[in-house]
Amino acid sequence: MIRGTVVIAEDICKGCELCIEACPQESLGLSDKINLKGYRYAVLVKDNCTGCVNCALVCPDAAIIVYRQKKPTKTAGPQVEVPI
Amino acid sequence: MDIPPLTNGYEIVYKKPQTLTDTPMHYCPGCGHGVAHRVLMEVVEEMGIQDRTIGVAPVGCSVFAYDYMNIDMQEAPHGRASAVASGIKRVLPDRYVFSYQGDGDLAAIGTGETIHVVNRGENILMVFINNGVYGMTGGQMAPTTLLGMKTTTTPYGREVKTAGHPLRITNLVAQLPGACYVTRQAVHTPTTVRKLKKAFRAALEYQQKQQGTCFVEVVSNCPSSWKMTPAEANKWLEENMFPFYPLGDLKLPAQSN
Ligand SMILES: Cc1ncc(C[n+]2csc(CCOP(=O)(O)OP(=O)(O)O)c2C)c(N)n1
Ligand code: SF4
Ligand code: SF4
Ligand code: SF4
Repeated sequence: MIRGTVVIAEDICKGCELCIEACPQESLGLSDKINLKGYRYAVLVKDNCTGCVNCALVCPDAAIIVYRQKKPTKTAGPQVEVPI
Repeated sequence: MDIPPLTNGYEIVYKKPQTLTDTPMHYCPGCGHGVAHRVLMEVVEEMGIQDRTIGVAPVGCSVFAYDYMNIDMQEAPHGRASAVASGIKRVLPDRYVFSYQGDGDLAAIGTGETIHVVNRGENILMVFINNGVYGMTGGQMAPTTLLGMKTTTTPYGREVKTAGHPLRITNLVAQLPGACYVTRQAVHTPTTVRKLKKAFRAALEYQQKQQGTCFVEVVSNCPSSWKMTPAEANKWLEENMFPFYPLGDLKLPAQSN
């Protein structure tokens, strides 16, 4: 399975939860802490993100960056370690 | 936004377009305005027209759109955004010009401008955010408010007898000969966001062909005035707004060689 991950700008996030609704992997949840605006912000709660970008597409505050593992090519050397 | 170094076999597949500024948007949590801004600016970035695009912001919640969109912007008086955009386009015909308005702005105080801009076939893109209420002023009834919908000025629900019928202004403008491309889209799911992006792209590309006004309605939400959570508002929108405001193209440009 292709692996992905997200980085969420916690001070920009308003905790609307639309990314949580949109995630097919149920990878996202709300933080226990609050941010500078007073919102609980979205965080990764499971290590199963596929980098499908659904969460970023519905985020009204453009707070999400999505990363995805590069597709392995036949000529590539050994696979690098997954950084999460 | 700083992008953390995470290149270890990974690549960035989605980030905020640089056609949006770093100013945090003032919209309520979950408001569709933010998504609509971002999708429109993604298209501007992808088409490489940032320095040739001029937007006109309305009066309404999106009054500060000029702070968020990293392009040339002009503010217009309430209801007049499309008229101002027409003037800009006539003076600078090589620019991509759009107006961005809510339903109170475009379909109430600005009805006259809306109808006549499209009837004249002004070569602009009109973006119309339909959330069924006046959001900025506290959730009063808009022309687009559904029958039975409770707002601060229709506390028992909108009735035909006193408040008339909800106005499908997009269907109205689709009848006008000056309209080139008229479509109704949404912003509440990944699929609808992708479709909206295609619609914005098509509308800006048609502007090059000079075939008339392109009009993109976005059926959106207003969680604050609707007194719902963003997720509830988006569900309500699907169940109640879509039957009356069905998504899809209402007019496609005439085929030309
Ligand atoms: C000439 C004039 N009349 C009335 C107002 C008050 N006013 C400000 S915003 C607004 C309605 C905005 O609603 P809409 O266009 O639906 O945008 P939304 O806030 O829902 O995005 C009104 C009536 C004004 N600013 N100027
Ligand atoms: S990229 Fe896809 S899988 Fe990963 S958190 Fe976002 S929605 Fe979930
Ligand atoms: S959609 Fe965006 S603003 Fe809303 S909770 Fe997720 S990251 Fe935060
Ligand atoms: S009042 Fe409604 S339209 Fe205005 S920012 Fe809040 S949710 Fe959005």
